[in-house]
This record gives sequence, structure tokens and C-alpha cells, in this order.
Amino acid sequence: MSAYRDEDPRIHDIKTRIRVVPNFPKPGIMFQDITTLLLNPKAFKDTIDLFVERYKGKNISVVAGIEARGFIFGPPIALAIGAKFVPLRKPRKLPGKVISEKYILEYGKDCLEMHVGAVKSGERALVVDDLIATGGTLCAAMNLLERAGAEVVECACVIELPDLKGPGAIEWQAIVCARGVPLIMADDAILL
Amino acid sequence: MFAAENGLKSDPRLQGISEAIRVVPHFPKQGLNSSLVFFFGVWLFNYFCCCGCCLTGIMFQDITTLLLDHKAFKDTVDIFVDRYRGMNISVVAGVEARGFVFGPAIALAIGAKFVPLRKPRKLPGEVISEAYELEYGTDCLEIHVGAVQSGERAIVIDDLVATGGTLSAAIRLLERVGAEVIECACVIGVREVKGQCRLNGKPLYILVEPRQIDNCC
Repeated sequence: MSAYRDEDPRIHDIKTRIRVVPNFPKPGIMFQDITTLLLNPKAFKDTIDLFVERYKGKNISVVAGIEARGFIFGPPIALAIGAKFVPLRKPRKLPGKVISEKYILEYGKDCLEMHVGAVKSGERALVVDDLIATGGTLCAAMNLLERAGAEVVECACVIELPDLKGPGAIEWQAIVCARGVPLIMADDAILL
Repeated sequence: MFAAENGLKSDPRLQGISEAIRVVPHFPKQGLNSSLVFFFGVWLFNYFCCCGCCLTGIMFQDITTLLLDHKAFKDTVDIFVDRYRGMNISVVAGVEARGFVFGPAIALAIGAKFVPLRKPRKLPGEVISEAYELEYGTDCLEIHVGAVQSGERAIVIDDLVATGGTLSAAIRLLERVGAEVIECACVIGVREVKGQCRLNGKPLYILVEPRQIDNCC
């Protein structure tokens, strides 16, 4: 669900600056490319501001960003709301002791890791990524944070892909409704 | 050049930043990636330490602990922003993936665009690629065609500089699309690089040196 759809005038410009690249990474996929959004300082700032306005003053002490595009949006949000930034990474990238969470992809499995000790029990956390599709990665991220004792307040994404069906999609929908508030619907993104 | 030797001598923020970076011995394992050359440099730096762990270990400089310290993380970004604001820089290019953690905040504060420089096959649009040498083999950095216009003034950001191979590739990519690279900026850099602190003729700005293992000697 989108909290800001059709309401905030900044949304339109953000939406038009996301480039759709057909058939990447494989045929049939319409890839939502946020790099073009980052090329416009005002639109990029507006994106961050929308999140900061939503989360400032909510006593959130952790912003967890999913490698690698979550690293672009997460840190500016964390800095602005006074939270720490915690990178959630692919296996064997984090140098210290980690906890790992496996998750299902369309074909095969992947894994997300977080440093032990990065998050304290009872901390209120946000998960940030550029896009939510089936929600598998975000679920793994939430599980990692909850295993460390954090309370995941919300998942924040720039883009939501609607109508994406896949294994476990039905289960995921409930989590998104309860906890995830994606910002923009991509179904009417403009092809550049 | 080091920040402490360029107007920030005795700046208390630098000490806080340095102390917030965690040193992780024996990471990564040998032969896995290009960081090995950096770690060899740090190992040399630590060679004369009397502590056995320093003699045998690779000392990975882990910036994730810096990111857990809101003040130190903010100070890091602020020091770069103070340096580059008002220099008419319109491009901040960040090297995947740890350059993504610092670059966007700097770009936002100075009103520049952020351009990710990525490993192969990550960027979805048309790219140009630049190969560079690792200790064993080569790697490759890519930039989107059209991200940067000819004549734009750019800085390159990464968390750490070792041999400068990655940063050199980043500079070459930006120059191939017609940008003028003003400086490369890194949170951490080995003193051995300082002697050759200009990459492809470009200056290098570093906040702190790598530390030895905590509680060593």
C-alpha cells in the first residue's frame, strides 16, 4: 500500500525519474532503475525527505539497508533521523561474526547476513531497500533483525511491484499489509 | 593527503572516527579478492609490532562499526561535505558497495548527483567498463552511459584506498565520459599510498590511517 500515492506533489517527479529497462536481468523482466533518480539532486532529496518526514520522531534507532541499493537510501535516512545504519549483506562480505538468514528466490536460494552486536534487543528498526517484489529479501531482513531482538517498525521501499505472484507470495502479502508501506506503485512508471 | 595535515590538525572528530573503526584480524582469507594487496600493506605496517597477532594477521578495517556511531558517521560525512561544498562539484561517484554508504549523503548535502560505479552486470542500462589489475587477475568497474555529462566536475568516494587500483579505474571511467575528476576521497588510507598520493595525477584526500588490532602491545 502506498501512503503517499496521489497526495504529495513530489511523488510525480520521483516516479518519472525512475527508468524502466526491459528484459533485464533476463527476458520478460521490466527492471526499475533508480540510478536515473539519483542523477537529479532535487528528486533524490525529495525521496529521502519523504522517508525522513515519516520516520523522524518515531524513536527509531536502527536503519537496516539491504545490499547494495539499500545502501544508497538507508544512510541518508539514518543520518537525518539520528539512527545507526546497519548494512545487511550477501554472504562473506561482513568481516566480523554474523548471523545468516536464507531465503527463496524464483530459482534457487540466497542468503542475507548481519553483524552480531550491531543491533541491541529492544531497538526499533526500519528496513530500507529500493524495491519490493515478492518480499522474500525483506522478510529475510526482518527475520535477521527480530532474531537480534529488534522490533521492525516498518519496511520502506521507493518502489513496489504490484501483482507479483511467486512462491510464498500469499504469506508475504499479509506482512506487507501489516508492516510494509511502500512509497510508489510502479505499474504506471513511465518508459524512457 | 591526510585531513590532519590539511587544515584538520587536532580536529577531535578525526580521533572519534578512527576509534569507531573496528579492526578485524585474518579477514578475508588469503587469495579471495583484491583487498589482499591492501592487507599486505597493512601487514607490513604492523610488521614491527611485538604482538604475535599483528605479525601473523591481516588487519581488515571494518567501517560498519563507524556506521553504528551516529555522531562519528555524521562527522565523517560533514568533513567531506565541508571540503567539497562550494567547489562546483556536480558528480559524486561512489564505488560499490561501501562507497554507496558515504557517497549519497555527501552528494545530497552538496547538491550533486550520485553516480554508482558497479561490478559487471549490475547496472541495467548501457554501460562503459574499465578493467583493472588485482594481485591475482583482473576486475572491472562500470558506469551508465549518460550518467555524467562532458565537463562536469566529479569526486570519487570509497571507504578505503589500498593500492589505488580501483580508484584509478574509477578515474579513468569518469574521464572517458568527459568529466573532470577533482579529487578522490576515502575514509581510510595506508600511509604507504601517501607517498604516491596522486592517482593518475589526481589528488587523494584521506581522513584516517588504518589502526592496528585493539589492545595490541
